[in-house]
Amino acid sequence: MSLQVNDLRVYYRTLAGDVRALDGVTFSIAEGEIMGLAGESGCGKSTLGKALTHFDSRMRYVGGDVVLDDEPLPIMDSDAMDEFRFWSVSIIPQYAMSAMNPTRKIGKMIADLLESRGEDAAAMRPEIERRIELVGLQRDVLDRYPIELSGGMKQRVVMVIATLLNPSLLIADEITSALDVSTQKAVAETLIEFRDRQLVRTMIVITHDMSILAQVADTITVMYAGKLAEKAATDVIIGAPKHPYTRLLISSLPEVGVRYADKRLTGIPGNPPQLLDPPLGCRFQARCPLADAQCREEPPFVEVEPAHFVACWKVS
Amino acid sequence: MRQYFARKLAIYLVTFFVAVTIDWMIPRFMPGDPVQGMVSRMSLEPEAANRMMGFFLGAFGLDKPIWEQYLNFWVALAHGDLGISVWQFPTPVLNIILSAVPYTLALLIPAILLSWVAGNQFGAWVARRKRLDNTVLPVGYILTATPYMWLGILIAWGLGSVLRVLPLSGAFNYSMSPTLTWEFFLSVYTHWLMPFLSLFLVMFGGWAIGMRNMIIYELESDYAHWLEALGAPQSLVRRYAFRNAVLPQVTGLALSLGVVVAGALVTEVVFSYPGLGYLVLQAIQNEDYFLLQGIFLFVIIGVLVANFLIDIAYVVVDPRTRVGMQGRA
Amino acid sequence: MSITTQRPAPAPGDHGEAALPAPATAPDGATGPGVAPMRPRREVLYFALRDKRILFGAAVVLFFLILSIVGPVLDPTDPTAFDGPTGAPPSAEFWFGTTTFGEDVFAQFVNGLQATFLVGLLGGGLAALVGISIGFVAGYRGGIVDEFLSMITNIVLVIPTLVVLVVIAAFLSARGVVVEAAFVGLTSWPWAARAIRSQTFSLRAREFVDLANMSGLPTWKVIFREIAPNMGSYLFMTFILLFGGAVLIAATLDFIGLGPTEGISLGLMMNNAVLWSALQLGMWWWFIPPGLGITAIVGALYVMNVGLDEIFNPKLREM
Repeated sequence: MSLQVNDLRVYYRTLAGDVRALDGVTFSIAEGEIMGLAGESGCGKSTLGKALTHFDSRMRYVGGDVVLDDEPLPIMDSDAMDEFRFWSVSIIPQYAMSAMNPTRKIGKMIADLLESRGEDAAAMRPEIERRIELVGLQRDVLDRYPIELSGGMKQRVVMVIATLLNPSLLIADEITSALDVSTQKAVAETLIEFRDRQLVRTMIVITHDMSILAQVADTITVMYAGKLAEKAATDVIIGAPKHPYTRLLISSLPEVGVRYADKRLTGIPGNPPQLLDPPLGCRFQARCPLADAQCREEPPFVEVEPAHFVACWKVS
Repeated sequence: MRQYFARKLAIYLVTFFVAVTIDWMIPRFMPGDPVQGMVSRMSLEPEAANRMMGFFLGAFGLDKPIWEQYLNFWVALAHGDLGISVWQFPTPVLNIILSAVPYTLALLIPAILLSWVAGNQFGAWVARRKRLDNTVLPVGYILTATPYMWLGILIAWGLGSVLRVLPLSGAFNYSMSPTLTWEFFLSVYTHWLMPFLSLFLVMFGGWAIGMRNMIIYELESDYAHWLEALGAPQSLVRRYAFRNAVLPQVTGLALSLGVVVAGALVTEVVFSYPGLGYLVLQAIQNEDYFLLQGIFLFVIIGVLVANFLIDIAYVVVDPRTRVGMQGRA
Repeated sequence: MSITTQRPAPAPGDHGEAALPAPATAPDGATGPGVAPMRPRREVLYFALRDKRILFGAAVVLFFLILSIVGPVLDPTDPTAFDGPTGAPPSAEFWFGTTTFGEDVFAQFVNGLQATFLVGLLGGGLAALVGISIGFVAGYRGGIVDEFLSMITNIVLVIPTLVVLVVIAAFLSARGVVVEAAFVGLTSWPWAARAIRSQTFSLRAREFVDLANMSGLPTWKVIFREIAPNMGSYLFMTFILLFGGAVLIAATLDFIGLGPTEGISLGLMMNNAVLWSALQLGMWWWFIPPGLGITAIVGALYVMNVGLDEIFNPKLREM
């Protein structure tokens, strides 16, 4: 087991109280696995990505633990996390288009970053150039400023930087949403290539875009309102989902070129519950066609078939 | 790059043109008859008043058609002819101004540059350090809200009048004659210190606050967050934030020049420091409008030149402008 | 500011952009998922009433405002009458002492405060009006209109307007507070126009993005819910900074003796104090109150502005 997350709870502090963005999430990712993480916006998937790398100022650790390669990951202690960041855990952020310092040449910025982490930047230069070429760019992008690059180029440079120290776990947050369709495909393929070349051992690919997940992910995890709904192999989630939410989600997508699970689901009446004071029991009950009295109790996230986990009383 | 500077230069030329035109228009198109008013306020003997009147009419060329007056104004300007001072008749205005300019520059240039550097350093250091932010920052706000002359008055009163450690007025001890001796130099220095200090402090507050705000914006920017997510130490994040936050401060430097010059003028008045500000006061009190107009032109030219220098500096510090100008982006 | 930046205060930092809020980024995950959206106005009020800086700033400004109104009633002495003892320090009868000529400094002070508020309100208001109009039109229309307006803005920005004001004022034989305020207002708008222009630009761009991302909210709703409140706070803060700037500029003019020819102002008090050697004579009660009044009012406005900035710009809040 490469990554194990146990009952992770991370809340947002707001004026009105805690927002339970991540409310007891348990899953594991195998060595070499690319896990897709899907769900509507606001379901907590980006929070999960941030929780595993760097808390933003309003996130608060509430409970749970994370184990990476048999070592506990001190996500609640930002200073202790620094030992893991970049080397073991890395992230391609949602905002990759603006992730690089606009006033520093890319190569220099990489060197600054590496040296600040105690790496020998000069010695790594050939490897950096090799990887830049690996993603299909000219090595002279290192002598340019970020504004001189197109969106797709920036995205790829950010991918190279994030994976430079061969992290065990890479979180790729919405890496395709800012790109046009042909570039999306190239970027997705690069992700697989990185895994296949063992530059990254495991990945969590967070996205709205089911078609990207169908391309790159080995497994897909579906989140709903701060909890996991279902996790299974990619073809199972797309072909034979079990959780009512996943089923509605998949069926509401256009058949060909499954895209944008993010759109408000016209097929599912109602809105996700407020996470400030979520209802007891299953969080999907208010919108679920199958809901009954039993759903007022919280359904456990259980393995109903080998490697297929579902949190629903109606499935088993 | 050439295009960028050509554009900037064009703006400055237009500005200069507009400013000179305003300068020319003011005595001619103000309500009432300024020449008449001016002469009558001089309370001269009738005969002298008539001669004065004739002098002014001739000097302004008011008897000629308006377009010719305007052209003549430019021609005279091109020859460095700013007219004759009324206050120190018959010294040419240009000479009076040229003898005052060094004092103003000696105050302004060190005060602007030092306060900019120190204020930026200080503001960056204070930003996001809670205790400092809450204790030191209010001082910055008080400083930047202080009218230049009032800070000057307070310093003059405290150091010059109550403690008597520094001389209250003038540019040097007038019992001395300017020589290249240590004593004279010391006298110049002690007279310079208080006006410099009051200019420096007010500007320092403004820069420190501006920098503190800019750094906070930068520390909340995407690239800073990503660096943190990759475990980069705060020293690197802050270094980048500082570099980027300095850029708008350079622009701010150009924008602040007008206000700063005005600040220097009133500070000179407080300390009777013989620079342009002191001249302005003399010109106003003596109704010396040639002098006033000449000072105005000098200040305009100075500010425009300074702006252009800052433009060049900006291109040097912000690589993006160079990249953009080469049309590679 | 920034905006922003941010820029800060119209002292050296006469570049208001930084002090003003940067276009708030689309909340997305930032607000936290599924947060019950508090009505923006209520949230602003909630924070405003708990922000010490805003409360402090408002209290100081209010204090001086009330003083300027009540003061002349409490002490109806003519501020320019020479009927007190000469050069007397503060006493029970003359709270702030008297000048060398026997004028009542307290009467001068409270009447000067009135002029200060008048100049700030009129001058700052006029500057805000001009700056906002020009900035909004330039940013919204773009193209040639923008080119033209931006050029005017840049020209006025580069010209040291205070020096222009000095020359103009010197030629005017009769000057009133309103005329002074008008001149100040007509020359101090450029940075506001620039800030508003870039703000309008980014809002236009964001409106476009929002519309693309949002399913089915009508345009006017987007404008009213997303853009207007954002811009509203921005405009308010612009006015605050312009108010402070107008007060300082007017004080400078008054100090060189080019203020209103009738009546009294805080700058004129300082002018007289320096002119009649209050420094050398140690008559601190003559020159401390006027400068302190200006500094307190303008400083309070700036401090208030920082508080507002953080409220309208949650990213800046320390959690």
